[in-house]
Amino acid sequence: MREICWKLFRFAAAIAGLSSLGGCGWVLFDTKGSVGLQERDLIILCIGLMLIVVIPAILLTFVFAWQYRASNHKATYMPEWAHSTRIEMVVWGVPVLIIVALATIVWKSTHELDPYRPLDVPGQPINVEVIATDWKWIFIYPDLGIATINQLVFPAHRQIAFSVTSNSTMGTFFIPQLGGQIYAMAGMRTQLHLMAIEDGQFRGMSGNFNGPGFSDMKFVATATSEEGFKRWITQVRSSPVTLDFNTFQKVAQPSQGTGVVQFSRVQPGLFKAVIDQFVGPGADATAHAALDVSPSSERKE
Amino acid sequence: MFGKLTWAAVPLQVPIIAITLAAIVVGAVAVLAAITYFRKWTVLWNDWLTTVDHKRIGIMYIFVAIVMLVRGFSDAIMMRTQLALAGPGHSGFLPPHHYDQIFTAHGVIMIFFVAMPFVVGLMNVVVPLQIGARDMAFPFLNAFSFWLFVVGVVLVMLSLGVGEFAQTGWVAYPPLSDLKFSPGVGVDYYIWSLQASGLGTLLTGVNVFVTILRMRAPGMTLMKMPIFTWTVFVTCVIIIAAFPILTVALAALAMDRYLGFHFYTNELGGNPTMYVNLVWAWGHPEVYILVLPAFGVFSEVTATFSRKRLFGYKSMVGATLAIGILSFIVWLHHFFTMGSGADVNSFFGIMTMIIAIPTGVKIFTWLFTMYRGRVEFTPPILWTLAFLVTFTIGGMTGVLLAIPGADFLLHNSLFLVAHFHNVIIGGALFGYFAGLYYWFPKAFGFKLNERLGKYSFWCWTIGFYLAFMPLYMLGFMGMTRRLNHYDNPAWTPYLQVALVGAVFILAGIGFLIAQIIVSIRDRKQNLDLTGDPWNGRTLEWSTSSPPPFYNFAVVPRADQLDAFHEAKKRGLPPPPRKYEPIHMPRSSGVPFILSVFILLLCFALIWHIWWLAGVSFVSTIVTLIVRSYDDDTDYYVPAEEVARIESARHALATQEDLDHEYANA
Repeated sequence: MREICWKLFRFAAAIAGLSSLGGCGWVLFDTKGSVGLQERDLIILCIGLMLIVVIPAILLTFVFAWQYRASNHKATYMPEWAHSTRIEMVVWGVPVLIIVALATIVWKSTHELDPYRPLDVPGQPINVEVIATDWKWIFIYPDLGIATINQLVFPAHRQIAFSVTSNSTMGTFFIPQLGGQIYAMAGMRTQLHLMAIEDGQFRGMSGNFNGPGFSDMKFVATATSEEGFKRWITQVRSSPVTLDFNTFQKVAQPSQGTGVVQFSRVQPGLFKAVIDQFVGPGADATAHAALDVSPSSERKE
Repeated sequence: MFGKLTWAAVPLQVPIIAITLAAIVVGAVAVLAAITYFRKWTVLWNDWLTTVDHKRIGIMYIFVAIVMLVRGFSDAIMMRTQLALAGPGHSGFLPPHHYDQIFTAHGVIMIFFVAMPFVVGLMNVVVPLQIGARDMAFPFLNAFSFWLFVVGVVLVMLSLGVGEFAQTGWVAYPPLSDLKFSPGVGVDYYIWSLQASGLGTLLTGVNVFVTILRMRAPGMTLMKMPIFTWTVFVTCVIIIAAFPILTVALAALAMDRYLGFHFYTNELGGNPTMYVNLVWAWGHPEVYILVLPAFGVFSEVTATFSRKRLFGYKSMVGATLAIGILSFIVWLHHFFTMGSGADVNSFFGIMTMIIAIPTGVKIFTWLFTMYRGRVEFTPPILWTLAFLVTFTIGGMTGVLLAIPGADFLLHNSLFLVAHFHNVIIGGALFGYFAGLYYWFPKAFGFKLNERLGKYSFWCWTIGFYLAFMPLYMLGFMGMTRRLNHYDNPAWTPYLQVALVGAVFILAGIGFLIAQIIVSIRDRKQNLDLTGDPWNGRTLEWSTSSPPPFYNFAVVPRADQLDAFHEAKKRGLPPPPRKYEPIHMPRSSGVPFILSVFILLLCFALIWHIWWLAGVSFVSTIVTLIVRSYDDDTDYYVPAEEVARIESARHALATQEDLDHEYANA
């Protein structure tokens, strides 16, 4: 069913003649992430379900308008006819049934696709802490003790557990070809779980406007083999620069179009220190309802 | 002396702005000179600036809406041009500082200063006539609402030449809109223009709500009200419940910026997500404020031009009420990606989908109104047909966005941008255009040019599909909104098609304006002397076009749905021999004067000119106190004067009938 819907959908797009203009750049349908795959199928299934009402409504618009045009004197004319229990049952009933079906799908899919929920895949996840600053992304690998700016590398077929926060304004952390996005907010930690099912390079960005440097706040996410990932770690570890809180504060100053930087060592607890700037460490922090302070690694075990 | 205001605030070094400013100044001087030359200052003051007549106020609302549509569209076509140019290796012609103001201004203007005044204007012109009332419940307040709204318009236009506008997006999320990240006056312009116009909208909501509840013609029970009045009634309930939320949300933002509070800051216990919740708790009902009256227009138009009763009146009323209630429990679908749990996201997702049920029912109700009717393809029906097709697509993409799992991918993408333009243009705006054409003869006494109206319709419809279908596809291609430039070559062709669409819409706006101008020029040929040019069904068509200032010489009775249609079937009664004196409100310059003080107050607050803020605030209060001691606010139109006006009208209408008979003979 999904496959058929998908084919129909692509066919319609081809008729529109627009997909031919730019080749196949529909990355959301050309997904390379396990989460993205589920989200794509969800989109196709729901469009298919809705077309059950949408197509008749659109067709009836044309049919009724033409059939009952004023110049068509052969058509039945019933100026006082304004009620039919049967028709009303259908026009309320069919949408209700479709929405009941969709609501069931929503309840199930929303729980399955909850970005906070670890994926049901074997193997150790890779933990990545993401900090959005003006206007670049800082990625910390807490278990490996390394960090980068605007470069995200991970092995394919391994789950990545992202913890996301912001050092300034609100953005969203988004790699369209792998799966959905999550807001990055100062003083708070949000979570996202993704997994690439193929090697490749994918665009990453902020989905939410956050100031003049927004358009260039992007990075490349690279999914590679386990060996490639190990090689990359070795390369990062040979970098001359390290990242502690003071360096972070310098790095976090607003800048646009920042290139890739690698840090061979990162101060432990930096991610939490960045969050704590806004809530104050100590007793106050636990009272702050919006903050989830438990490190992601603890939750995994 | 002048706070933060210096000559440097006027950005004459930017060519686009300098040219625009020059054009505005030349245009303004020309208009003022023309008014002086034709000695129209007294007419302007007596008939328009001081009027409390709901019809004139409605006309002024729609006039401002069309002017601002041109401004908002200039922003739109600049954005589309920028994105068609700013592909890989290019930066386009608009630097981020300017571009970010443009997309913010575009959103703010189109929602608050085009769609809102259009809707409020239609309400003003039509509702009292449709329920057989002689004016609003509070005519003075109505004028004050209008002039408060104008304060907002003037502030937004001022920000073009004096200082800057916000660079935050149209909902101005903190912390970006906090002082730390937006230190300029842009966000202050945003806050005060919305506070002024938002207060105006709230007061209008109260006014129309009371008018509908208290001033209906005898016999018109709630379930005999015309459907447009029903939709406006529900809209007013939403306005009364939702706009205070916006006022409070923006007031707290203002306190953060002016007084060092920490409602929404990152630090010291502030929480930006509170603003996001508040602004959408207003923002989602707001879209129903825009679209419900349009639904009402479609209902009136479909019934009239299908020459048939509206199918399923009770279903329609029930669906409208359901939408009104549900609109308040869906706001979280604007930020599924903020990390609420799966239970919360599912709840709001499902609630949002439930709205699709009453909306779907409405679609089928219009379809079955055409069924077994005699559909005349006038411009209002064309707008309705385009709406039915377009809005169905927009509804489908809306439900798709309401599915959290899908929204994680589509949130903040151009798919979202395409969706809300699809429902606001294809739903609300098409309805306003249908309403404009439909009620124009009622307000002015002559019909609009049909041919140009059809040209405008086709340009808008083709333009809409060309401009926004590529945006849906770009959303699937992972393009997010509000980008100033991009490096993905696959996006460029789609953005170029979208620009072509924008050019079509430009033609649509051009034909719309040409239609109005040509119709005014040729008004003698298109006069509506009967007051009922479309063979209408509701009470507004029972009085002359334009109606006398008191609307109805004799208060009509409405014992049935489609009261005028039923009366025509029975045969209209002859004009009465004797009239009663009519109680009417007096014109007043106070609303206009108040708004001048409030404009100064807002301007002073924006630029931190504290002495002026103090002076204008005190002046506002003093004016209000002085006005409250004025007892001479109403008067009676003598019966003889009513008789004179009515007999002149009947003479004209009879002449028209005779002409027809001669022509037919």
